[in-house]
Amino acid sequence: MATLFAKVETVLGMEVHAELLTQSKMFCGCSTQFGAPPNSQCCPVCLGLPGSLPVPNRAAVEHVLRTALALNCRINWRSIFHRKNYFYPDLPKAYQISQYDVPIGVDGYLDVRLDGEVKRIRIRRVHLEEDTGKLFHIEAATSFVDYNRSGVPLMEVVSEPDIYSAEEARAYLRALRLVLVWIGASDGKMEQGSLRCEPNISIRPAGTTELGTKVELKNLNSFQSVYQGVAYEVERQTQALARGEELVQETRRWDEERLITAPMRTKEYAHDYRYFPEPDLVPLEFDAPWIERLRAGLPELPEARYARYVRDYGLSEYEASLLIERDQPQVSDFFDAALRAYGGDPKRVSNWMQSDFLRLFNAAGEDWPAVKVRPEHLAAMLKLQDKGQISGKIAKEVFEVMWTTGKPPEQIVQERGLQVIGTEEDLAPIIDQVLAQHPAVVESIRKGEEGKFNFLVGQVMRATRGKADPGLVNRMLRERIAG
Amino acid sequence: MPRLSIEEVEHVAWLARLRLSEAEKQRLTGDLNTILAHFERLQQLDTTGVEGTSHAVPMSNRYRDDEPRPSLPREEFLREAPDARDAFFVVPRIVET
Repeated sequence: MATLFAKVETVLGMEVHAELLTQSKMFCGCSTQFGAPPNSQCCPVCLGLPGSLPVPNRAAVEHVLRTALALNCRINWRSIFHRKNYFYPDLPKAYQISQYDVPIGVDGYLDVRLDGEVKRIRIRRVHLEEDTGKLFHIEAATSFVDYNRSGVPLMEVVSEPDIYSAEEARAYLRALRLVLVWIGASDGKMEQGSLRCEPNISIRPAGTTELGTKVELKNLNSFQSVYQGVAYEVERQTQALARGEELVQETRRWDEERLITAPMRTKEYAHDYRYFPEPDLVPLEFDAPWIERLRAGLPELPEARYARYVRDYGLSEYEASLLIERDQPQVSDFFDAALRAYGGDPKRVSNWMQSDFLRLFNAAGEDWPAVKVRPEHLAAMLKLQDKGQISGKIAKEVFEVMWTTGKPPEQIVQERGLQVIGTEEDLAPIIDQVLAQHPAVVESIRKGEEGKFNFLVGQVMRATRGKADPGLVNRMLRERIAG
Repeated sequence: MPRLSIEEVEHVAWLARLRLSEAEKQRLTGDLNTILAHFERLQQLDTTGVEGTSHAVPMSNRYRDDEPRPSLPREEFLREAPDARDAFFVVPRIVET
């Protein structure tokens, strides 16, 4: 959507909620399995029955700590839960256990890559809370409630208003999602609602610093809807201002069918949540050994890996992105391990990853546990090729067999008789036969039709099923044609 | 000297979903102002160097391991609900969209 009013700028902050990858809920032992029959994963704690008491799930706390560390946050050594009070039927206790003034992590940042540039977006806070139940509006006068999701550990990541376009909003969400998936904090499934994003959007005259009226946007279930919803909202606000209308602070809902945003009737239960410290839960206290143990367990993060591939290995951003921008960090782990074992040109390993590895991996539905080929086998195969023991064409065949069987390349070459025919003695009869079959071609080449030379090479390769050493074939053909 | 107005008491009652009679509003406004006056007195105490207290028990870091345990059979709690149908709780519709 092109705008006629270019002299405004967009300012966005993002709130991202992620359900944490745990087996059990935040404060009780009920399962967090998605898609179970309604109300089959509930107990007195997550139904808010009188007399029940919550006990925090250590794994959920550690997921938030790890996220805070991955996002370069400062950890509050002492953090507490608060009650956020409001009445809504998805919340059986009439309060949500959340965090308020002492969240687990504060003041971090995330580096986001967009069009070849790295942009730093500051993170205001990372906190831990519980998810609510799900309402189904099927009939006119009633709603149906399923409390399976009630009490599922939920993390909120809030950015500073450092995002200036729909593209940046989408790139931020992509980068954040990838970090959460790589560190195992979230499955990142936006379509299942385990990752939800609520941007708040305002516009202001370009060059000013005061923030305009904020509009919060909900119901964005995909990267595409984040992009479209934000772009629509920016355009709507810009035009409203151009017409001299006053914008109101409100929550709007992205309508995926009609591709518009519409105001939500958010009721009067407004923002009077009367937070107070949760008396049923004692404080969380972290110490250096605990934090350092978690920090040491973090994998290399996508952005660090990007920088290394581009700076140290000379890969293009695009090549690096094909290896890194995947839910399986194992793909780039594989690349690293293969490169270590190979010790040669990173580009060569990267090319094999991008052409053959990723083609087969994608075709197999990106199922990492099913991958049989091992990084050291790819390295060994490249070495065989470097030493001239297999040709490039044979290498492709070997790789496919490594992919399906997990066997080492030497064994495959042996079993299938794929060694290069590399001695003059072995090649001579084949070459002589090809020359004898195509006397006219030989004659044309002698008269200067150089283009036909490759035809003869091709014939020899065909006769040897690609196993001939191309350099040797070239030399022997030349010698014989020259007579 | 009253610090809370009757309108504020009405607001707080509404937030807590309490329906108060006129007499109750009057009485509670008086009670709440008495309580506020007590706290005003407490606030005169010099608390320089004393950290805020969020919890009364000197205890921290109580966790459970991430192990799923059986949930309640659905019939047991749906039976107690004011209204339930099929596998769901049924509530008056409160539309948010």
